Amino acid sequence: MVSHRLLAAPIDLHRPAHYVHWGIVQISVPNLIVVGLLVLVLVLAVLLPFPRGGGR
Amino acid sequence: MTGTPTRRRWASRRADPAAQEWAGDTREFDLVKELLVALVVVGVLCVALAGLFSSPDDRPITVARWAKAAPGDFVATAVTELDGTSRTASYGPPYNSFPGAGQELGPLPLQRWGGVRARVDTAQDFVLRPLREVPADPVLTGALSEWSSAPAAVQMEWATAYGDAVAKAPGGDPGAVAPGDYGPVPLLMTRLLGLGQTGALDGLLVSQDRFYATDYTKPLLFLADGTYLEDTARAQNLGGDQWGMMNETGSWPGQAWLWLYTFWYQVKPFSTSDNADALVWGLMAVLSLVFVCLPFIPGLRSLPRHLGVHRLIWRQHYRQVEGPKRPAES
Amino acid sequence: MTGPAGPARSWTAYLRSRAVAALPPEKLLPDRQPAYVASWVYVFGVLTIAAFLLALASGTVIALEGPQWYHGSSIGLFFNSLHLWSVELFFFFMVIHLWATFFMAAWRGRRGLTWVLGALSFLASVGTAFTGYLVQSNFDSQWIATQAKDGLNSVGIGAWFNVLDMGQMLLFHVLLLPVALAALIAGHLILVRRRGVVPPFPAAGASVPDPGVVAPAERRSGGASS
Repeated sequence: MVSHRLLAAPIDLHRPAHYVHWGIVQISVPNLIVVGLLVLVLVLAVLLPFPRGGGR
Repeated sequence: MTGTPTRRRWASRRADPAAQEWAGDTREFDLVKELLVALVVVGVLCVALAGLFSSPDDRPITVARWAKAAPGDFVATAVTELDGTSRTASYGPPYNSFPGAGQELGPLPLQRWGGVRARVDTAQDFVLRPLREVPADPVLTGALSEWSSAPAAVQMEWATAYGDAVAKAPGGDPGAVAPGDYGPVPLLMTRLLGLGQTGALDGLLVSQDRFYATDYTKPLLFLADGTYLEDTARAQNLGGDQWGMMNETGSWPGQAWLWLYTFWYQVKPFSTSDNADALVWGLMAVLSLVFVCLPFIPGLRSLPRHLGVHRLIWRQHYRQVEGPKRPAES
Repeated sequence: MTGPAGPARSWTAYLRSRAVAALPPEKLLPDRQPAYVASWVYVFGVLTIAAFLLALASGTVIALEGPQWYHGSSIGLFFNSLHLWSVELFFFFMVIHLWATFFMAAWRGRRGLTWVLGALSFLASVGTAFTGYLVQSNFDSQWIATQAKDGLNSVGIGAWFNVLDMGQMLLFHVLLLPVALAALIAGHLILVRRRGVVPPFPAAGASVPDPGVVAPAERRSGGASS
């Protein structure tokens, strides 16, 4: 494994992930965050006003 | 509409409003600037994520590490390779022609149709051939001769009895096996364990008399037949029944886009079927085809219109075209 | 076309005139767009392209030093991280782009092939990412290879595509799949430029097409805004 030293990542993700269980579904917290962000960004992209201008 | 059926179809397609050139209001936009801005934004995000979180790099498991950390599992696995009862030995194509082996997709024996194109003889490749490379060991040479000159039925008796004895030994320790008639098997296994622990077996399995080697089929199959590799993976929730396909080592995000592929392995009938892999592949192939051909599937292609999200996306346009809305209108 | 003298004899001139007719420069590189392109959802296509280019660039640096470089170099690990996160961002933006184009039914108006190429690009991306995981030369590669082999072997593909053969997987990941993916993306982009951005569904209660849509007989020639 690489010795990180000066270029070590401030947030160490080497430890095991936490998991969320819901029925047969089991999803890691990092994956859940990614999916949550996907939905959030889509909703924001649809709802946030888009600047008008440059029209003819 | 007049004309032949083909002409009528072409004419109606050309008359499709959505296919016409847009001649309404336009706005300025700069394609090149947009791409450059996107590159800068994504570049900054990427550098920030890489700087904050880095990336995983768990050390690979060598045969040497396996043999040192779990000698009982190593020996128990090696015995099954010798007697042809290991997972690889009874896998079927593409590794061998074990009778009856191979998954089927309904009536189609697809695995067998692939053929044996990466032949593996587990007894020879994983055990006997590496042991024959050991120099200046007359005791080993004698044991190898005793093995190869015995009838197949006797070989099987020795190996099976020794495998059972290792499983019953305290802690699976090959050194604590009860006395019995195992022929030369205990000596062969002890020598193989020693070879494994020095690291020589890693090289012998991958090189197979070649200098340059890029094909890791044999050492990976040998490792996967044991439980050490799998136990290490399951400890990080990477197992198939743990939605492992979506997961990554450590706390990094994994491959969320594989959610549907791994989902089927969690539910019946796939979770209990001997043909699970073939069935899931077949199902995902059909669903992928549906995904690709969505525009041509009646019903599915009309779904977006009914869902109505487009009214939010194009609300500026609809306000212009439809005029101000009365409160009662949705 | 080529000129008034009759059918072109030059294949080059024929190809050029067909290409320019299908995609004139002002359509290939437009500087105006329909006013209905007014939502943040429209930026996710170009964000996906940007992430793809960054994945190619970071992958190129890794290729310069070889697949084992990052195990023993901090800078190598950083480029490995850039490559991983550019791919995570690529999938992130691509999925949002996919959802947005689905909600807009962007295949309407002879744009079915655009959707098909986009969907195939998604599938090719999954394959490219998969081979990438296989050539990390670490524990993850070992586990993914020994698991994935069962799926591929079960349908006979494993006999030809051996995920345990790192040499084969490396060439798929670095050459064959990126080339195929780039070709699919290029085709997808060309079609977007050729057909233009899909217009909105007709407005509620409209019995005639929306303003801006003209009948074929009245259509102006040349490249109007896409």
